[in-house]
Amino acid sequence: MESVLGRYRNLTILVGVLFLQVLGLAVQVKRSADAEHTRLIRIWVVDSITPLERVLVRVQNGANDLWHNYFFLRGVRAENRQLKEQIKQMRLEQVRLSEDAAQAHRLQSLLAFKEQVVMKTIPAQVIGSSGSDLSRSVYIDKGSNQGIAPDMPVITADGIVGKVLRVYPSTSLVLVINDQSSGVGVLLEKSRLQGVLRGTADGELILERVMSDEQVVPGERVLSSGGDQIFPKGFPVGTVIKVSPGKELFLNIQVHAAADLNRLEEVLVVTERQERVAVAESGAKVRAADILAQRLPSVPDKPATIGTVKPAVAAAATGPSLGAKVQPNGARRPDAATAGVPGTKLTERPGRVAPAKPVAATNHAASPVPGSGDTAATNGASADGGRENRPASSEESSSGSGSARTQSTPVAVPAKPPAPQSNPQPAITEDNPH
Amino acid sequence: MPITYTSGEQIEVYRFSIPVTVGVPLIALFLQAFLPRRIFSIFDLPLLVTIFFAMARRNPISGLFTGAAIGLAQDMLGPYPIGIYGIAKTVVGYGASSLGAKLDVENAGARLLVTLGFYLVHQAVFFTVARGMVNLTLNWSWSRGILAGLANGVVGMVLYFVLDKFKQRT
Repeated sequence: MESVLGRYRNLTILVGVLFLQVLGLAVQVKRSADAEHTRLIRIWVVDSITPLERVLVRVQNGANDLWHNYFFLRGVRAENRQLKEQIKQMRLEQVRLSEDAAQAHRLQSLLAFKEQVVMKTIPAQVIGSSGSDLSRSVYIDKGSNQGIAPDMPVITADGIVGKVLRVYPSTSLVLVINDQSSGVGVLLEKSRLQGVLRGTADGELILERVMSDEQVVPGERVLSSGGDQIFPKGFPVGTVIKVSPGKELFLNIQVHAAADLNRLEEVLVVTERQERVAVAESGAKVRAADILAQRLPSVPDKPATIGTVKPAVAAAATGPSLGAKVQPNGARRPDAATAGVPGTKLTERPGRVAPAKPVAATNHAASPVPGSGDTAATNGASADGGRENRPASSEESSSGSGSARTQSTPVAVPAKPPAPQSNPQPAITEDNPH
Repeated sequence: MPITYTSGEQIEVYRFSIPVTVGVPLIALFLQAFLPRRIFSIFDLPLLVTIFFAMARRNPISGLFTGAAIGLAQDMLGPYPIGIYGIAKTVVGYGASSLGAKLDVENAGARLLVTLGFYLVHQAVFFTVARGMVNLTLNWSWSRGILAGLANGVVGMVLYFVLDKFKQRT
């Protein structure tokens, strides 16, 4: 026996070392099934590597700032002019969007939808990656000392980035969504199809679990569905770039990430979320039409038309903010609104408008399961594929559906389904001091 | 291809100073973690360092322990359980040093081929362990494997040339 071991000494040692590592792996796999712990040795290695990375990142950023802020300022004036023009355009766009958002908010409120609002985020800087070519994960410079915990979503202004996988005292490891072991519950913006987004070995994103008989077109936006219980619903994830037949009965949908996952520098870690029932804004708030009226110089003075607007204001005071708010025409043409056009009259007699074209009513007919949870259709959607229940179809199950039907008919005038229930990005900027 | 079979007596065995033995793998690990992913994601610098040390020392035991140490350190920085890279690089370290003891792989072409081969071996072991033991959902891509292997081979040629300067004859 000894001679055999002596003869194959190298091979024996190899087998021994491999066996020890396999044993170690087995222990970790078993333990991680019970509870996830960060190994002390990992902490040591990370703590020894990351300070150096921090220093280098700071030096790199300092050099970049010096170059970009002092030396490379060619064309800044022209760019400034362009940006100012862009701001003007975006202000107009904002007016339109804020009206849409307010309308969606009212619908949510009427249907007692719950929404997840991002309450607090912590900005963090990416200081390094995992150091292996097959995994897609990055280190950020915030850890448990700053309130980071595992499974917190990590986002940028462009879209979701990943989730916190491991937390160390002053750093955290973030698993990026294009890692092969990552999975995000997503839905397609227009078709509302749900699927699971996974990474590939090449760092690409593939949307799985969408049946091959569904229509998916390149260019469609992909949003988080909230079904994974990590990412809040409605965050941009990416855009469909290629659709091809995949394995079995599913489509192979390639997605381009909304956030630039290969050039991550600053990210936001969502540390606090709150689930709350959407509340419609009170009629006393500034209307989009008023904002537009203030910004457009060609709009005539308001005092001359106060008399004609009065009934709408009165309706807003008595009704659930419907009268004052449902003025899509007025919002887009403030001068027409002040002149008492049909948009204003409609608010005075909501009952007459109700049977005309109630979009909500047609959606009610499509709802097969009365009495199901009011949030299940949207918030509790699982990421196991299949078609999502549309928000409109869940109206019937809400407790206030009867009143919603009578009261919401004027609200349902715009012939389009309700927008995604939460509008997370404004929530970040409003609630988050960062 | 200029891989020449050489007897044991003709092969030179090299050693390295302690700073080089410790510092080069650490720098490789650090660069792997620090360099931008967009460009450097397909390179595996710790693997190249493992192959270089193993082939230069031509001692299987030394090679496998070098591979194990570098692989485990790489595991600790990554998101997966500790040991996946450790096992893969242990096998590569053992294989590279065993090959180095039998073949003279000093010229660039031979090094390119050897690096490509060991890169594929490394990926094969990694995927086997990751899928078979840890149950990670990883997908194998031949095109990516070969392209990344060639890219690592090219980088390896340059890296080996630089690291040759630190060799000390025993």
